[in-house]
Amino acid sequence: MTIEDLHELAEKERQRQAQYKYRILYCSSAGCVSSGCEAARTALKQALEEHGVAKQCELVGTGCLGMCGEGPLVLVHNDQTLYQRVDATIARKIVEEHILKGNIVREHTIDLNDPFFAEQKKIVLENMGKINAESIEEYIAADGYSALVKVLSGMTPEDVISEIRRSNLRGRGGAGYPTGLKWDIVRKSPSDQKYVVCNADEGDPGAFMDRSVLEGDPHRVLEGMAIAGYAVGANQGYIYVRAEYPLAIERLRLAIKQAERLGILGNRILESNFNFHIDIRIGAGAFVCGEETALIRSIMGRRGRPRPRPPFPSEKGLWDKPTVINNVETFANVPPIIRNGASWFTSIGTQKSPGTKVFALAGKVKRTGLIEVPMGISLRKVVFDIGGGTPDGSTFKAVQTGGPSGGCIPEQHLDLPVDYESLQSVGSIMGSGGMIVMDNTSDMVDVAKFFMEFCMDESCGKCIPCRVGTKHIYMMLDKIVKEEGTEEDFALLQELCVMVKETSLCGLGQSAPNPVLSTIRFFREEYTKKLQPTSCYEGNASTITETNGEQK
Amino acid sequence: MGVVTFTMDDVQYSANEGDTILKVARDNGVHIPTLCFLEGLSPVGACRLCLVEIEGSPKLFPACTTKPAEGMIVRTQTERLKKYRKMIVELLASEGNHQCAVCVVNGHCELQDLAYEVGLDHVRFPYLYPAKTLDASHKEFVIDRNRCVLCTRCVRVCHEVEGAHVWDIANRGINCEIIADMNTPWGESDLCTSCGKCVRVCPVGALLEKGATVGELKKERGFVKVIVTARSKHEWITVEDHEEE
Repeated sequence: MTIEDLHELAEKERQRQAQYKYRILYCSSAGCVSSGCEAARTALKQALEEHGVAKQCELVGTGCLGMCGEGPLVLVHNDQTLYQRVDATIARKIVEEHILKGNIVREHTIDLNDPFFAEQKKIVLENMGKINAESIEEYIAADGYSALVKVLSGMTPEDVISEIRRSNLRGRGGAGYPTGLKWDIVRKSPSDQKYVVCNADEGDPGAFMDRSVLEGDPHRVLEGMAIAGYAVGANQGYIYVRAEYPLAIERLRLAIKQAERLGILGNRILESNFNFHIDIRIGAGAFVCGEETALIRSIMGRRGRPRPRPPFPSEKGLWDKPTVINNVETFANVPPIIRNGASWFTSIGTQKSPGTKVFALAGKVKRTGLIEVPMGISLRKVVFDIGGGTPDGSTFKAVQTGGPSGGCIPEQHLDLPVDYESLQSVGSIMGSGGMIVMDNTSDMVDVAKFFMEFCMDESCGKCIPCRVGTKHIYMMLDKIVKEEGTEEDFALLQELCVMVKETSLCGLGQSAPNPVLSTIRFFREEYTKKLQPTSCYEGNASTITETNGEQK
Repeated sequence: MGVVTFTMDDVQYSANEGDTILKVARDNGVHIPTLCFLEGLSPVGACRLCLVEIEGSPKLFPACTTKPAEGMIVRTQTERLKKYRKMIVELLASEGNHQCAVCVVNGHCELQDLAYEVGLDHVRFPYLYPAKTLDASHKEFVIDRNRCVLCTRCVRVCHEVEGAHVWDIANRGINCEIIADMNTPWGESDLCTSCGKCVRVCPVGALLEKGATVGELKKERGFVKVIVTARSKHEWITVEDHEEE
């Protein structure tokens, strides 16, 4: 397929879409699948057929529409009407009233001018609610693969890298490393073979950003990876995706097949001299495999254990070859940057952290779901405007970002802008994008204990501080939650947290104490009020016997 | 091959490019404690005892895998490092079932030596007393997982030097264990050549020879270096050499 063929295909697809009176898009991401979108789809289809309008309407499964808490969601594209909690009855009503008579069924709609939508800025999620998640033609019609065309038809690899460098795109996996710099290192590392790896081993509790992107717009990630491959001189890419994401894997497989069929992936892409293949590798469910060196070992078929860096994967990665490894969302940002230019990208967000960030907003807020906001937006806006604040009758306590590697941010820091440095300054991290809101019913020590249990279970066991340290931290937190801890325990807990943070081998251990340290920093009294006034060893003799007895 | 000059504990040293900080330290008599490291085996940086400070970085680096750069300023004995080393040994002591008084390597144990070295006089963390297994199915050797510190020397020597890959790690986190083959009794292993290399590299009394009693088992670990050096210099009598003769 040539570039001209691709343009023709896009034009044809646009004409095909224009022939329908209504395009009805239902959310087919995992959130809405679990709340019953299949029933809604069947009912819509039946009703359309019964009323003889099936030919005038196209029913399409699209990517995540955002407000997952109100699913299943259905969007009538032509007049941008979003219906919530669509069951079979409502689905019939939509067809009978809206499609046939043109009367919007107001009582079931969500206002798209609601701050939940109005405050968002969609770049990564731009195709959600626009295109069929399983159609490459629809992706191409929505300007898809035009960035790859632009790159192949006139940009040198150096041009691509300098464009990404000027855009100041930073890694969306959490650490915020400059993507352009990473690509530049791989480009300059001498080797006959290089690789591009996409990290889709999203494992933070409550986070589903990468999954939604892969389920709703898989071609965007493939395009970003191909551009990366062209820039660094790699001909092979791998997507490492966790086995718990069957729908994402299915859509990725389909997308790769479609792209290969059209000659957009494979040898001599779009009749250029550039070859690029993408294969999927499925993880077996270890959180630590999201750490890049462990992920690389896992792709190689070995036990997923991290190794010390340096050397970094950009010098010695997959099979010791220079390897670009980026997160799903990072790759998803690449096509729009190439399409619209670096200066467009830097005009969004803040100077140090340009662009947007996708968050999975969950917990004690009125509206939960998948959101994309410009960097630099305040946490208050995210929680109270987009999320609608805590449910009636409860008060806000903290917002947790960064999952088990992040921290809890209290009320007094809510006006902090969302960017890498600001979140770090209060002991949390940007992380991959999990955001959990807690209200006054949450016990912060219990929260810390929950995350520490997660880290303890997920520690690979290679280095001593993480393997044994997380176990002891968990046991001490458990003791404090049960109101059996002493001042000595509390002091030792803090000492151990700092030690595990500073001495662990990889990011998992280095950040595992963050939830504990940040809750101690901002909610110290919740710990101290649970402590026993004296050590049991200073108590009476019977306590000593009991303690000794327990240990045996 | 280039040479770099760097400073370690206020003394200047030169290093061949590719040497690690630990190698330069050992060559010059600077003592940095280690546990998982063994000369001749690939370094894994897992025990974190050899962590050193490098000026200009807030992070700590394992000396066994970090290479000095020109002008680098390294500190190996700061108060912070000493404190962390002691805590690491403390964590290890609480993790396994280490009873020196009844152990075959009492007096010749690297963990015991480390405990003396870092001045570990008591353990502040509760002992975990894990329920670990002992496997005496092999005709000559025993693995007592109660004493294992998971340094993975046995895994590496079996894979890298003997080429058998009998040992590997099962489970994760605090539940990690060394297993033979696909978790079969050692005596039934299809791969084991009974060479005994794993027993000799084990820093503690987890791998032992049958018949040894308390305090009797002394381990000789220099052989790994001899084998590996001979291999790298091709001073090795191969099967083909014999056939040619």
